[in-house]
Amino acid sequence: MTIRNQVRAFIIENFYVADPGGLADGESLLERGIIDSTGVLEVISFLEQHFGVEVEDGELTPENLDSVANISTFVASKLSDDRTELAAEAAQ
Amino acid sequence: MFSSNVLKLDAAHETARIAEAIRTQVVATLHRRGAVVGLSGGIDSSVVAALAAHALGKDKVLGLLMPEHHSSEDALRLGRAAAESLGIEVIVEDIAPALESAGCYRRQEEAIRELVPSYRTDWKCKLSLPSILEGNRLNISRLTVQSPTGDVQTVRLTPTTYWQLVAATNYKQRIRKVTEYYHADRLQYAVAGTPNRLEYDQGFFVKQGDGAADFKPIVHLYKTQVYQLAEHLGIPAEIRARPPTTDTFSMPQTQEEFYFALPYQRMDLCLYAFNHQIPTAIVAEAVDLTPEQVERVFKDIVAKRRATHYLHQAALTVESVGEV
Repeated sequence: MTIRNQVRAFIIENFYVADPGGLADGESLLERGIIDSTGVLEVISFLEQHFGVEVEDGELTPENLDSVANISTFVASKLSDDRTELAAEAAQ
Repeated sequence: MFSSNVLKLDAAHETARIAEAIRTQVVATLHRRGAVVGLSGGIDSSVVAALAAHALGKDKVLGLLMPEHHSSEDALRLGRAAAESLGIEVIVEDIAPALESAGCYRRQEEAIRELVPSYRTDWKCKLSLPSILEGNRLNISRLTVQSPTGDVQTVRLTPTTYWQLVAATNYKQRIRKVTEYYHADRLQYAVAGTPNRLEYDQGFFVKQGDGAADFKPIVHLYKTQVYQLAEHLGIPAEIRARPPTTDTFSMPQTQEEFYFALPYQRMDLCLYAFNHQIPTAIVAEAVDLTPEQVERVFKDIVAKRRATHYLHQAALTVESVGEV
């Protein structure tokens, strides 16, 4: 399953989404009232446990966490960074 | 020109208006013989007690001081000062034993130790939110703990820890309300609620805790206006000068740090402006913020209303029971 689909599934299964089929990837989860500030904590917890990525304090922004698309891009970027870091360590 | 003048009220007129409402509500509508007011030593409960005394007579108002392990020393002293200035009867009910046996403190510590395993009973803690004025960061609660030697640590909360910590802490407001209703029942009095408009609007109360009451005489007033009434009603100067605190966690904290984006004076103006569709540029000038910062405060107002919608809901039923 793609990162995007995993993120979408998590959002739909854990929060009330009145019209799951109508939830656009780019739609703000906060402005649509799907998640609130505690919901953001749940999203962070999901990213850290499910994808194994660490969310730094400076990364707690709507650009990283406030839509299915943003979350997916953020996770992909973190995983890519992790892989680059591992490759660099292996090469040393 | 938009300024803090929009919140200026005729204190004498408003006092008379509220007093009339209290008499009608407590006596005519609720058929109660007086009012119970939980006194925290803060401005809101002091003003509510003063209004109740003004409306019903000082011998028809009972003030309750309800300290617990984490209460500030000032709370008891100032609550007593408010009661004495009004000439109302006051009873001290130490709710710490009730909180102990309900597991409030144990459950708080249990939650905290999930994140800070070294946390002990003689440590202190508080919850706080980062400022939304500084940037675009999401508003996530943090836990700060302090050891007896003064070492301070701040950690991000997990959802389960946050929920358990808040749930355990909510015992305090709920046990206080239980105690208020004990005295109200034995005296056939009504229980006064003390939230102001800012707190009520933004969900800064505990459901069936300080959110519960038989009448709420200042819920329509911005906090700034509560202070105006406090001066008119002769509330002791020390109470009027004290910055609003939560007096909920063991580390001292302001309401701004715990919940609101701004100090109450600016928060009131922003809430008023939002409620009256005042353009952000005009609001910014009045509250000494940039229009972008005002926009963030407006978004936070909406977000808090949405997130705390549940707190305002009465019990939902399948169908109404029209006879009552």
